[in-house]
Amino acid sequence: MTPGVLIATAMLLPVAGAFALLFWDKKPNVREAVTLITGAATFWHVYQLLPLVRSGLRPRLDLFEVLPGVQLAFEVEPLGMVFALVASFLWPITSLYAIGYMRGHHEENQTRFFFFFAVAIAGALGVAFSANLFTLFAFYEVLTLCTFPLVTHHQTEEAKKAGRIYLGILLTTSIGFQLLAIIWTWVLAGTVDFTDGGILAGTASAGVLSAILVLYVFGVGKAAVMPFHRWLPAAMVAPTPVSALLHAVAVVKAGVFTVLKVAVYVFGIDLLATLSATPWLAWVAATTIILGSLVAMTKDNLKARLAYSTISQLSYIVLGAMLANEWGIIGGGMHIAMHAFGKITLFFAAGAVMVAAHERNISQMHGLGRRMPITFGAFFIGALSIIGLPPAGGSWSKWFLGMGTLEAGQVGLLAVLMVSSLLGLYYLLEVPVKAFFFKPPADAHHAEGIHEAPMPMVIAMVVTATATLGLFLYPDLVFELMAMVIPGGAQ
Amino acid sequence: MSQHLPVLIVVVPLLLAPLAALVGNWKAAWIVAAAASWWAFGVSIALVRRVLAEGTISYEIGGWAAPYGIEYRIDLVSAFVAMIVATIGAVAIIYARTSVRAEVSEDRGALFYSAFILCFTGLLGISVTGDVFNIFVFLEVSSLSAYALIAMGQDRRALTAAYQYLIMGSVGATFIVIGIGLMYSMTGTLNIADLAERLPAVADNRTIPVAFTFLTVGITLKLALFPLHLWLPNAYTYAPSAVTAFIASTATKVAVYLLLRFFFTVFGAEFSFEQMQLDKVLMPLALVAIVTMSLVAIYQDNVKRLLAYSSVAQIGYMVLGISFASVLGVTAGILHLFNHALMKGALFMAMGCVMYRVGSVRLERMKGLGKKMPWTMAAFVGGGLSLIGVPFTVGFVSKWYLVQAALERGMWPVAAVVMFGSLLAVIYVWKVVEVAYFQEADPDDDIREAPLGLLIPTWALVIASFYFGIDATTTADIATRAAEVLLGVGP
Repeated sequence: MTPGVLIATAMLLPVAGAFALLFWDKKPNVREAVTLITGAATFWHVYQLLPLVRSGLRPRLDLFEVLPGVQLAFEVEPLGMVFALVASFLWPITSLYAIGYMRGHHEENQTRFFFFFAVAIAGALGVAFSANLFTLFAFYEVLTLCTFPLVTHHQTEEAKKAGRIYLGILLTTSIGFQLLAIIWTWVLAGTVDFTDGGILAGTASAGVLSAILVLYVFGVGKAAVMPFHRWLPAAMVAPTPVSALLHAVAVVKAGVFTVLKVAVYVFGIDLLATLSATPWLAWVAATTIILGSLVAMTKDNLKARLAYSTISQLSYIVLGAMLANEWGIIGGGMHIAMHAFGKITLFFAAGAVMVAAHERNISQMHGLGRRMPITFGAFFIGALSIIGLPPAGGSWSKWFLGMGTLEAGQVGLLAVLMVSSLLGLYYLLEVPVKAFFFKPPADAHHAEGIHEAPMPMVIAMVVTATATLGLFLYPDLVFELMAMVIPGGAQ
Repeated sequence: MSQHLPVLIVVVPLLLAPLAALVGNWKAAWIVAAAASWWAFGVSIALVRRVLAEGTISYEIGGWAAPYGIEYRIDLVSAFVAMIVATIGAVAIIYARTSVRAEVSEDRGALFYSAFILCFTGLLGISVTGDVFNIFVFLEVSSLSAYALIAMGQDRRALTAAYQYLIMGSVGATFIVIGIGLMYSMTGTLNIADLAERLPAVADNRTIPVAFTFLTVGITLKLALFPLHLWLPNAYTYAPSAVTAFIASTATKVAVYLLLRFFFTVFGAEFSFEQMQLDKVLMPLALVAIVTMSLVAIYQDNVKRLLAYSSVAQIGYMVLGISFASVLGVTAGILHLFNHALMKGALFMAMGCVMYRVGSVRLERMKGLGKKMPWTMAAFVGGGLSLIGVPFTVGFVSKWYLVQAALERGMWPVAAVVMFGSLLAVIYVWKVVEVAYFQEADPDDDIREAPLGLLIPTWALVIASFYFGIDATTTADIATRAAEVLLGVGP
């Protein structure tokens, strides 16, 4: 297959799979098999692109002109490769998990669920592969809209309210700020293509460019920079597989990915470093990191705590971009992968507890660790990665981000990273500690019969937890790809 | 025959109109009306192609040379507007067959179709003629028949709505004819090309600014520019569904065409915008229309009325584009003429489907329709996305140009208002979506999906509104060239 066909196939497969599973609405086993096979095939196609990208090529697919001078086009560069690999690798695993979860939880409308799930993955891949701002924006919105039915899956009053917040914030920021920034870029630069070294340098005064940067950072609502973060906790009403893959990986990473992409290929880090808005935005991200962690500490509902943890962690990546140096970009890019594996493990575990023990609140999980050792063991590993401790992958991205803050001469930001890790230590490790070492409350209604969640869910958790450990030992691939993003390469 | 097409597009339907009334039987009358509409549709496409290939067509009626005889003058703007009217007419007539039968009593069927053809003919006539008095005549033909069509609505309030429109419309038409008369008194000609030539010589005379003012008020009344829009919401709400769909997509569009024709071709952009400073009037009104009318739309319980207010806001977008008096701005205005016709046509048709099955388009009656009428509501969502301006819909294309035009002038607050309007659209569209998809239907009524006779035309417009959003190069190219013709720049 030529590279162009590979790109197209990788994006079309999930869509084709989505429509195929509509056919087997009445046969859940066949339907699930379709999902898994599609997932595996999608990953395989994305993986085929990797050697090309590693050898320095940029596989490209130009479809057609949408507006005069603006094409619907795709180009796989190293940063997009990282994102696409992470999303497409975790999709079949999440599907496996979802099969156990949706059946174990007796969810309704499962066909609709798997349909939109698959379309969302296609949207995420479209974002990852986009060759210009228009294409990126289009798929960004596809992702917003097709995750709406997933967030509101239960169609309850609560889901409706959450759906309003979700759509309201994401569309307000994207149409109100991001699209404005994109059109402004088009007016100034006469192009919206992602280009090495950026396209905006020298097109307008530093003040105007700073304004555009602010519009981009806040306009990418999916990056959940405060004060536009409320949609993410709201989205937690969705079934847990959605929270796991979409609201810890595909959707939120599409956001921070966009920020990185804009930083590197629209502004270019040289220009970014000269703008007065950049350090200011870095501090906005730092504030989000700390506040997110603090709020997370107050949450007893496990999924809500994880959501605020995600908000905090996403801003690490935004911070990395706003450091405007090579280590910040590398650290931010690596954090896309590292956080994805860690956080999805945490969500998998949270969902497993919901299915097996019907518990959502941490205070009710005392003693559960002995009954569900694999689940809480996986949670422990995921937590280590999020905190940034060895032997989990997260330690690498934090290391590089720390180097980035020093290179930028911002010791204060380094302190923020450290403090946030300490907070993480508290609010994440509290869960396995209580589960393993605390006695179950006397009035515990969990019966003796609690045991591990259904097998597909356990397998999925073990895979992602193992991968989290693996990324500590072998971070080379992600590092190598990210180093290719930096003009001139990193030393 | 082909050299007579410019006149045949008007004459053939004009002759068929009385025939439809005479045949008496509604089925036969429908066939006549369908023949008239599809004839005009075919001819309009041929005319656009010819103008694109050969440039402006001038046709002398009865062989009398202009300026003594009446000249039909078709440049790209005329041809494009005629094509919009004819396209919507051709789709609406198919829709009318099922819809009108349900909403208009059978003995009035033939008269209905006769009035429909007349209205259609009048609108086409306005767009192709090159004579200002002829414009007035066609304006009256279309308006009078429109009053009759609206009065045929089921609801008795249709009568007062039609009466209201009659009064306001007649005031508008009178203002226009006074303007025309004043111009005639100064120049002694009614031919547009001739007027354009002679006006500058007498422009200093007070009479011309007075004529200009009369025309401005008259035309803005016809196009329902805020605050002269009061006739519109009632007329759209109570007219038969097919009429609403047709008129909402064509009548105000043709009025916008009048605005373009008078202020750019007859008076010239320099006189209109530099001497008379028309932009200082149009722009603020357009901006107020966008914001306030979208806000009012949010508070409507009747979805047809909601869409009607949304139309007034959307007219604001068109006028805003025109008020920039730049190629980009006028392009945006003309593009939105076409784009809005498609999306609003689709939306009103979807509401017609609801009317057909439910008998009301009030929000509280639309509970659970997402399940009961999936195709109809999907069409509504499709049209709604376009109204919001999501990528891959025509609404996005309009916004892309409009914001660009604002930024080109350095008016970023105006661009922000445009975006803000989109966000308000999210609210009023989603209001309907939530009722249809999140509220349980009354289990007692057995509402089924609308018949294919309604769904096919509705979906034809929905698909068109996506198609021209995905490949906007053709429409954008025509609109740009039309704008260049109007501004007298370029080839």
